[in-house]
Formats: sequence, C-alpha cells, structure tokens
Amino acid sequence: MNSYIQKKKRVDALFKYIVMFCVAFGILMLVLLLLQIFSQGLQKLNWSFLTSFPSRMASKAGIKSALVGSVWLISTTIIIALPIGVGTAIYLEEFGGKGKMAHWIQVNISNLAGVPSIVYGMLGLAVFVRGAGFGRSVLAGGFTLALLILPVIVVTSQEALKSVPKSLYQGSLALGLTRLQTLKGVVIPYAMPSILTGSILAISRALGEAAPLIMVGAVGYVAFTPESIMDQYTALPIQIFNWTSRPQKEFQEVAAAGIIVLMTLLLSFNGLAIFLRNKFQQRAE
Amino acid sequence: MKVKQQQKTKRDKQLEVSEKVVKGILLLFSTVTILTTVGIVTLLLLESYNFFKHVSIIEFLTGKTWAPVLKPEHFGVLPLVNGTLLIAFFACLIAIPIGLGAAIYMSEYAHKKVRAVLKPILEILAGVPSIVYGYFALTAISPILRVLLPDLEVFNVLSASIALGIMIIPMVASLSEDAMNAVPDAMRKGALALGSTTFEVSTKVVVPGALSGIIASFVLAISRAIGETMIVAIAAGATPKITLNPLTSVQTMTGYMVSISMGDIPHGSTAYYTVFAVGLLLFLMTFALNIFARFIVKRFRREY
Repeated sequence: MNSYIQKKKRVDALFKYIVMFCVAFGILMLVLLLLQIFSQGLQKLNWSFLTSFPSRMASKAGIKSALVGSVWLISTTIIIALPIGVGTAIYLEEFGGKGKMAHWIQVNISNLAGVPSIVYGMLGLAVFVRGAGFGRSVLAGGFTLALLILPVIVVTSQEALKSVPKSLYQGSLALGLTRLQTLKGVVIPYAMPSILTGSILAISRALGEAAPLIMVGAVGYVAFTPESIMDQYTALPIQIFNWTSRPQKEFQEVAAAGIIVLMTLLLSFNGLAIFLRNKFQQRAE
Repeated sequence: MKVKQQQKTKRDKQLEVSEKVVKGILLLFSTVTILTTVGIVTLLLLESYNFFKHVSIIEFLTGKTWAPVLKPEHFGVLPLVNGTLLIAFFACLIAIPIGLGAAIYMSEYAHKKVRAVLKPILEILAGVPSIVYGYFALTAISPILRVLLPDLEVFNVLSASIALGIMIIPMVASLSEDAMNAVPDAMRKGALALGSTTFEVSTKVVVPGALSGIIASFVLAISRAIGETMIVAIAAGATPKITLNPLTSVQTMTGYMVSISMGDIPHGSTAYYTVFAVGLLLFLMTFALNIFARFIVKRFRREY
C-alpha cells in the first residue's frame, strides 16, 4: 500500500516537472528571441538609423520613413476604429437587447475575429484601394487595419460595459435621468479605463501587422515621409519584412534594429495600457 | 402649474428624440461589422468567379501542379494546400501539447503569485508580431537546425513550423486555462479528499471536465496556423510542391498571396484572380474550423 502511494507521488512530481517545463519552454523561447534580436540589431541602432531614409547600402539604411509612416497609419486607424468599435459595443450592450439584429451582429463579430488578416488585406485592396479610389495611400491602409481590429475593440468594450455595476445604472435611472444621460454621465465614464486598455492592446496589434498592408500596397522602399493622408507610405513591419528578405547578412542586422524599434513601441503601448488601468482603478476605489 | 408641465413634456420629447438619434447612429456603426463580412464574402466570390471562367473548379481543386505565372500555366492548388497543412501540422505538434501542459501548470499547480508573474510574460509572447517570429525562424532556428540536420534547406517547413508553434502556444494555453478555470473548485477538492494526487485531479477531473473548451482551443489553433502569413512568407520558401518532407521548402496559400502581391501582376489577368481563388479557399477553411470550434463548445459543454 505504501509503495502504491509512493508511486502515485512520484508520478505526480514527474508530471509537475513536465508541465512546468511547458511554461519554461515558452519563456525560454521569448528570452532566446529577444537575445537574438538584440545581439544582431543593437550595434546598428543609433540616432542616424532613426533619422535616415532606407538605402541600398545597409550601413546607411535608416527607418525614418517607416517610423513616420507607422505613426500616420496608426493615427488614421485609431480615428476610424475607436468610435465605430466603441459605438458598436454600446449599441449591443445598451440598445440591442436580445433582438435578432443584435444577435446577428454578435455572431458575425466572433466570426470576423477568426478571419485571417491577409483576407482583410484583399478586402482593403478591392474596396479602399480600387473601389473608393484611395490608391496605395495611408487612408486605404488605415481603413483596412481599422476593420481588422474592429472585432477586438468591440469585444473588449463590451466586456468593459458589462462590468459596470447594475446598481449604478439603476440608481441613475431612479434619479430621473434618461437612458442616454445615464450612459453619458455614468456608464461610459465608469467603463472608459477598461475600454481604453482594450483598445490600446488592439491598436498595438495593428502596429505589428504586415500581411494586410502588403495586400493594400504599402511599399518597402520609400525614401520620403507622407505629408497627407492620401500619400504613399511604408510601415515598420513592411520595412522589416523588406530587410529580412534580402540575402545579405548586413541587412538582417538592420532588420533586427528595426525590430527593436517596433518592439519598443509595442511594449510602451502595453505599458501605457497597464498604467492607465492601474491609475483609473485607484481612482474608482 | 399647467405651463410647467407642458415645458417638461417638451424637454422629455427632446430627450426622446436625441435618444432615437443616438440609437440610430450607433446602429449604423454596428452595421460596419456586418458590411465587412458581406464585403469579404461578395468580393471573394465575385473575383473567384472571374477566375473560374478561365480555369475549371475541378482542375483547381485536384491539379497537382501550381505554376500560375509560368508557361505552360497550371492552376492546381493542391501543392499550396499541402504546404499549408504540413506547416500547420508540425506547428500544432509543438503548440498543442506544450500549450496544454502550460495551461495545466498555470491552472492546477502554480501558486497564485507565480501565475500573476507568468501570465503577463505569456501575453508578451502572444503579442510579438508574426514578422518578428519570421525573422527568428530565418536567422536563429534555421541555422541552429542546420547544424543538427545538414540536409536542411535554407527555407524549410521545420523552421517555419517551430516559430509558428511558439507563436500559438500562448493562445492554446490561455483558452485551455479559461476552460479549466470553469471547472468548479468543489470537484477538485472532492477528488483530493478521496486521496487523489494533483496529477490525478488534473488528468481525471479537470481536463475531462473542460474537454470541450480544450478541444475548441486546439481547433482554433489549427485555424490560426492555417491563416498565418508572415512567418511562412519569410521562412518556408516559395516552391509549391506536394511533399511530406519537413526539411525542404514549400509554398503555402498565404505565402503565395504575399509573393504575388509583391510582384507586378497586371490587374485583370488570370494570375491576378488566382489570389482571390486561393483567398476564398483559405477563408472557407478557417471559417469551417471556427464554426466547428463553436459547435464543439456548444454541443459538448458541461454546465456546472
């Protein structure tokens, strides 16, 4: 009997190490990935890399046009996606009820979340680049990325609105406020921090996305920065893809330097999201 | 008194109107997501129709050679499907067991404080853009593997699969963990009280109890692997062929779509329409898997 229990305990201990290894494997790979990128790219990363345009010579290549292009692109994406996404969430949570329309929109959104990003690129190519005549512009790219992250913004905003206590809502109604006033004055301010946090994470996904942008014609070799929303552009992931696909080893180091810039931006976005969440949580308490 | 009441109703009416207006605007916003779906489906069907005017569906689905821009042209999509499924298979071979193991550790073994540290780290792993994994596959995984396997080509299935597998581990882990968290604690404590070890609780109570959610997470991982683009575009190569050998280069459906978009293909040519035919097939495959995952959760979910 004793040996049976001991055997059981040994199996348990072994299993614990196996599942621990699974988590450790993921973390180890993250560390390896960061090590590889920093060891390759850090030497190339300096002020002239950030302020130069791309070049045929790896030693002179810089990331300025991609960095500025990404800022243009992401700003456009935010302006389009945020109101539509949050608006959809408010409709579904506050006005849609259990209606058929709301149900269909909901099912549709969860389906859209599973559509590969490159398919959004094809939609963008046909509708915005060709159909609307935006060409290979910042605007076409921004619309495409906005559609891509819309489902994420809707779902996280819905979660945020759901977490608003019913008592607040009912209290406000009982004081004689209309539904709209309650929404504007009570529900949305309460849910805003979570909505922002979720939206920032969605936007950081758009920042790293390359496949749809290739379809809507962001080009890898642009030696100027966009001056209006209708200009051509390149973006960080596109520029990195361009450098990575070149055979010379020096360009791969340049690509690594570009990845460091991209990852720094992404991590600061994540940091901002966490900071906002903590700050507003304290205030709410 | 009477006058006051009238004013009030006026204000009420104003509020009612503005509520209706706002509701209308919000409804308009919601239709954007519907229009997106309608747009995707219509576009893929219309442009594919143009393709199938030139190439029969039978030839497309059963042809074993894919050479859309070379003469003589061949439009058999099977090599691309083969490449996609081969890479997805090896990626899931890595992501599914490791993701499930990580989920079991986080949900059953890890202390609360440890979990609070591990979860954000896995979230970072999930947030790394796929282009970065592609770079990692080409410049780190492939060279290391070539030391071990001298036969390995520069662009190959294995490196792309490993990078893709690493990328979807967090997805499997977090979806499976969510499913395991839904199993009530009373069941764990009951099993422990009967003398079970945590291993037995995990494998005989928690995993069976959360099975529908776990399987759904696997299916979604496969769907994600099929639709992933940048890793395969960078690391898997561009030679469409039918093979089961992970040491050689292939081309996937998404990889083809990227490579054709980078080149100068004239608008309206048959080669141009291939992108939409391949895109339609890709959309249908991922869509079917996503529906299947939802069906599993709905049909086999246990309510506690």
